[in-house]
Amino acid sequence: MSLEVAGAVQAKAEGPLKLAVPRGALLGETLEILDRIGVETSEARGESRSLIFPTEGITLVTMRPSDVPTYVEAGAADVGITGKDVLLEQHDRVVYELLDLGYGRCRMVLAGRKGDEKLGESARRLGMMRIATKYPRVAERHFESTGRQVEVIEVKGSVELAPLIGLADGIVDLVASGRTLDENDLEVREEIVECTARFVANRVAHKLRAREVDELTAKLREAAG
Amino acid sequence: MIHPIPPGTRDVLPDEMRELRRLHLALIEVFERHGYGEVATPAIEYDEVLARGDGRAAGSAYRFFDESGDLLALRSDMTVPIARLVATRYGGAEMPLRLCYLGNAFRAVRPQRGQMREFAQAGVELIGAPAPGGTAEVVEVLEAALDAAGLNRAVIGLGDADLYRQLLAELGVEGEARESLLERLAGHDLVGLEAELSELEGVEDAQVATCITLSQLRGGREVLEEARALGGSAVERATARIGETFEALEARGVADRVQIDLGLLRDLGYYSGAILEVYDPALGHVLGGGGRYDTLLERFGIDLPAAGFALYLERVHVAQTEEEAGGEVKT
Repeated sequence: MSLEVAGAVQAKAEGPLKLAVPRGALLGETLEILDRIGVETSEARGESRSLIFPTEGITLVTMRPSDVPTYVEAGAADVGITGKDVLLEQHDRVVYELLDLGYGRCRMVLAGRKGDEKLGESARRLGMMRIATKYPRVAERHFESTGRQVEVIEVKGSVELAPLIGLADGIVDLVASGRTLDENDLEVREEIVECTARFVANRVAHKLRAREVDELTAKLREAAG
Repeated sequence: MIHPIPPGTRDVLPDEMRELRRLHLALIEVFERHGYGEVATPAIEYDEVLARGDGRAAGSAYRFFDESGDLLALRSDMTVPIARLVATRYGGAEMPLRLCYLGNAFRAVRPQRGQMREFAQAGVELIGAPAPGGTAEVVEVLEAALDAAGLNRAVIGLGDADLYRQLLAELGVEGEARESLLERLAGHDLVGLEAELSELEGVEDAQVATCITLSQLRGGREVLEEARALGGSAVERATARIGETFEALEARGVADRVQIDLGLLRDLGYYSGAILEVYDPALGHVLGGGGRYDTLLERFGIDLPAAGFALYLERVHVAQTEEEAGGEVKT
């Protein structure tokens, strides 16, 4: 049970619902699905540096995908859209995961250098692999559940660099087309989980604004097909 | 000089303390007025005794050996210590027994979440009064407590702890698969729930849809009808239990702020039958919860039905401050 007070924020029961919209790779398709359910997204598409876009019936709040669970858990945003990869990495955040929106499909994988046996070799010789990742908790859980010891090294930027210059034996990362891996001489060794965009809701908003949340869920479900 | 304190603990200074003290006094006054006598129990207990009440979810995070080698634990809630107290001291007493408390409990925190390791809870325990009357009395006290705290807009969610366990048994889902599904429900992961259910052999699509629909049913009395329309004896029994509780609430005139919620599932291991959660529009977090734990006292050797609730005082205080500020958004 979570017990935070410091992050406590007003979940305002008046006014339109606040929807946390992920910037970055999911933005385009998120705005498209919002268009399909009749939300006015032209302002959010523009060159504006604004972060908040009031529209009729719903307020769009744009942010990094990895911040969506934080805002939604605290109730600063009532509902939100983010990737399953983010939810997995922050699985201790208490939000309702209401819908698989189907887009933004990609795979969380373990990758190593092409033709390089570092991964297996380290595991055999040292009983331990060094894995660089932006998803340390997903990586730790994966290796723990498959009974292998790893040293997880968290990096913030281009993970592909790590095995190339010897920081790690392999990487755990999100792969869409596989092009970035290929261009960096890396290949997929194991698939960990498939990720898509998800629709989430704050726990209190889910109860106190049930009708609005349900309506939005139903519309998104239909639009996601 | 700055001397640190552990993350998740805090000092309270006079201005806040005055407000907190007012809240404490108001709550205890409400509890006493309803006939609940205040008790205090030690913050440290024998680990073995606490584990008897709750081996699972809210188990104590802080354990240590004392000078004679006994394993002690900091309590992680107040309900288990009070169950221990009742079994030890009130074995032959006349029932029902009405007790209330205001004290600190301790749980492990995850870093950078603003979570509290040490937090204050206030609540009541009603021992020896079965459902639905006992549950209704507890809800009545809870509503009075929320009013006393100035949270007139707060809503109480009412659900049933046994619904999904029984429903899954009815679908022939047992053992590990069932525990995994219940975990999905408790974690509010409906996408995972649907995917896992669909993969199980012998569970039809219509039954998957029933589970998902059921978990989203919340509102007034009408949701009981909507649930019943989905069919099945587990749903029939759970809606009958909730319906009886709701009628008992109406008889006491305290049903207005109660939202029936068939998706409720609390993560503490000892609940059975009715479960409660408290929300206020001024706060994005749950303010408290409770319900029935008719099998908890049995684990301490006296077989008595029981119900209660606990409010997280720090959160109630934040909500109170927000409500007093007129419910305006902080920007």
